[in-house]
Amino acid sequence: MQNTRPEQRTIRFHVSRFHPENERGPYVQSYEVPVHEGMTVLDGLHSIKDNLDSTLVWRSSCRMGVCGSCGMLLNGRPGLACTTQILKIAKTDLSVGPLPNFAIIRDLVPDLSSMFDKHRLVHPYVIRADEAEIHDPSGEFYQSAEELEHYLQFTYCIKCGCCMAACPTLATDARYLGPMPLTAAERYNADTRDGGQRERAQVTGSSRGAIRCHYAGECSRVCPKGVDPAKAVQLLKRRLVLDYLHLARKSEPCKKLKGEGSGSVMPKIATAPAHTVEARKEPENLLQHSSSATIHRP
Amino acid sequence: MKAARLWTWHMAAGVVLFFVLGLHMGIMHLGEIGHWFAPYGNLAVSIANSRFRDGMLTFTVGYIALLAIGLFHGLYGLRTMLLELTLRPAMEKAITVFLLILGIGLVGLGTWAAVAAHGVALAGVKG
Repeated sequence: MQNTRPEQRTIRFHVSRFHPENERGPYVQSYEVPVHEGMTVLDGLHSIKDNLDSTLVWRSSCRMGVCGSCGMLLNGRPGLACTTQILKIAKTDLSVGPLPNFAIIRDLVPDLSSMFDKHRLVHPYVIRADEAEIHDPSGEFYQSAEELEHYLQFTYCIKCGCCMAACPTLATDARYLGPMPLTAAERYNADTRDGGQRERAQVTGSSRGAIRCHYAGECSRVCPKGVDPAKAVQLLKRRLVLDYLHLARKSEPCKKLKGEGSGSVMPKIATAPAHTVEARKEPENLLQHSSSATIHRP
Repeated sequence: MKAARLWTWHMAAGVVLFFVLGLHMGIMHLGEIGHWFAPYGNLAVSIANSRFRDGMLTFTVGYIALLAIGLFHGLYGLRTMLLELTLRPAMEKAITVFLLILGIGLVGLGTWAAVAAHGVALAGVKG
């Protein structure tokens, strides 16, 4: 009977290690890992942890390129460890490091809190004057397929931080908002249900906002989900200029559908089942605790 | 938002400079062919032709506008490059104020020179 087991090869993993409480700076540790075709970098890291060094630390969750947890620097290029096959990027050696432009929590775990702080600044949610409708909707808002197309690709962002790690502007100026928050801002600005462009412009139009982008385009090149953050930033620039010159097309946030069967919750839609578990109240000091955690930079 | 406004003006100044400098190049370097605003001989930059243009109010206003727009575009660009160095906010403010004063000073000096040249040219015409 023919052996269908894929051919194995040994790849030398050069992994960046750093324990901020015990060490002064990152160093590289090498491991020889038997690799076969189809094996991802994440599989390789699991192999190291299981067989060679149980102290290696990284962050991962879904293993299918959806959660955005395992963003790493793979052979000098930011990418997801779970969707990058080892033999596609390495012949004999593979360097694995934490995402640059972020502080390191430990080994391959970057501290993404700076990115999420900036993300929060751009108000990444639908803003409307009729706020009650957001929290307790009484019907549907009309949005055509063409209108959806304007921002659809930006919704694919999984906040992995690869674009932030690749951005040369962010590498020299940590105050720059960066591609991910700006893409999120454009995603909501382009949404016809939204009316918060002016509110977001206070942040995106600041000296650390969209105009800081030099259009290197690296963010779009490394995005594992095929999003084009560089395009989003250029669209934001155009939006800022046209708004200032009063040349932007006047538009109101879209209205609720009118007519029979529209503008109200459809009667045939089943109501959601009752909660089986009572919602747990988060401890009040949780946020304070996480924000005050000391992060050691190398 | 203020930053975005200044950046918009910077871009607009670039577009204006593109056309005005094109006009300037045309007048200065195609004088032998076109004799645009250069009625005295083939050399557009000769004293006589320069005085002829200096005597026209349109040119005086044009010189001042070109200087102001060019300085704004150039100094704003320089400021952007300096601010790329990720300086402290106080230093950034000092650079902004210094370049603003420098720009206003240079526009003032250029305006004085253009107006003086206009006066000299008109005095020459009147004899």
